[in-house]
Amino acid sequence: MMDSSGFTDLLLDVVIPARTPWSHVLRQGQKLRLIDVEGQQAVDALFYSAADTAQRYSAQDTVREQGSAYIGLGTQLVSNQGLVMARVVEDSSGRHDTLAGCCSCESNVVRFGEATRYQHACRENFVLELGRYGMGKRDVAPNVNFFMNVPIDDAGNFAVLDGISPPGSYIDLVAEMDLLCVFSNCPQINNPSNDFNPTPVRVLIWDAVPQPA
Amino acid sequence: MSNHSSTPMNEREAHRARYEALRAEGQGASAQALPPLTARGHKIPQDVVLHREHLPGGWYWTTRLARGEALRIVNTSGTSAVSMVAWCEADPSERLNTADTMKVQWSTGLRKGRVIYTEMGRVAFSIVEDTSGAHDPLVGPTTKESMETALGSGAARNSRDNFFAAAAKLGLTRRDVPACINFFAPVGIAADGRIAWHPERREPGDFIDLRAEMDLLVVLSNAGHPLDPALQAIPAPVDVIQFAAPLPGSDDLCRHACSEVERAFEQTERHIRRGSNS
Repeated sequence: MMDSSGFTDLLLDVVIPARTPWSHVLRQGQKLRLIDVEGQQAVDALFYSAADTAQRYSAQDTVREQGSAYIGLGTQLVSNQGLVMARVVEDSSGRHDTLAGCCSCESNVVRFGEATRYQHACRENFVLELGRYGMGKRDVAPNVNFFMNVPIDDAGNFAVLDGISPPGSYIDLVAEMDLLCVFSNCPQINNPSNDFNPTPVRVLIWDAVPQPA
Repeated sequence: MSNHSSTPMNEREAHRARYEALRAEGQGASAQALPPLTARGHKIPQDVVLHREHLPGGWYWTTRLARGEALRIVNTSGTSAVSMVAWCEADPSERLNTADTMKVQWSTGLRKGRVIYTEMGRVAFSIVEDTSGAHDPLVGPTTKESMETALGSGAARNSRDNFFAAAAKLGLTRRDVPACINFFAPVGIAADGRIAWHPERREPGDFIDLRAEMDLLVVLSNAGHPLDPALQAIPAPVDVIQFAAPLPGSDDLCRHACSEVERAFEQTERHIRRGSNS
């Protein structure tokens, strides 16, 4: 099993500006670090097998396999075909969501009223970025929300609460297959997912650690 | 200081105040006003029944469910779980969305009085009758691997493959199969996120009635629940009744349950009337 150590060959260091999408193919064995630079910034994430994008991240398979509703250290991100796509090998913040999905213009209208219809949203980012790979709306599955705090109580109450990720929080993923990562740096300003104030995040990628023969 | 444009503080405070007010309503008054569960034994009048299906263990059934029709799914034995996916017939890129269903209703709980959303802010189904309130939008379908883990190697059918097969027969692909909802699946979530199974919340004769709020393509799969400790390779059959149901009226318990769902029904009805995406 991969762990977080031994990654020394930094391949990429990029800032994802507030409210914008980003995508990249992470090769098997490479490590991606997502940094919540200013704190309390949700990042919505979708993952696809680069070899066959019909195989994609499945929140339900991930929840079933780990028997738990939250994403954190040790979580294996599982595909809709039951394969492990990536593992969480480090996590400084301790709470990430995979139940609440992404924000959209359409759900904003339902949740917050007509006045929010013409606000940018993660679903806009996702369909625009997926279009670059020949994918579209039907390829947007329930996603991971890194740094988003959505506790569920024993009555099933469910709400996005203030983030618990201080500035500089990070989470590390190691890819278990060649992985198309599609992120939306969440533009939501109607709930506490971004402290009502979207900010940039940063991504670092290290090359795979050579394995002993 | 960061160099990106920042939301003004007074706006941030206004947005927070609105959010907290909506949350208080959604988890307080609206939730408490949900109707009581339906009594077991409630009958559908024969003259509105359109079709009856006896769905064997392990198998799936696909139907076109028009707006103004409903499905009753009956857990005849009390041991079955039934998994469902559905698409908008006019545009199958629109489909049921478990995440928005939970988020918009401030709850992981699905029960009488709540609705099932698509990703377009529209209502696919209303839950108009329900005896158990024990339904699961979290864990997903049984799969080949989950069946092998639970039962050992063998040829048990599973809901994931049932959905893929049903989608293919509708001209759709694996990419079109959304996250599913499991009915008669009594899961609960502990404070640490662990998922527990509560078998006492499932009984013979439990049923749920799902009224279509748009023309839908629906797939039901009777192939168990992945966390059911009493999972069987061939689950007991379930019964499904498709029937005519009146469109929601001015006193409808789902359509008027809260301000969010009122807006969603307005979007849904406007879309159907005008073909507009707005």
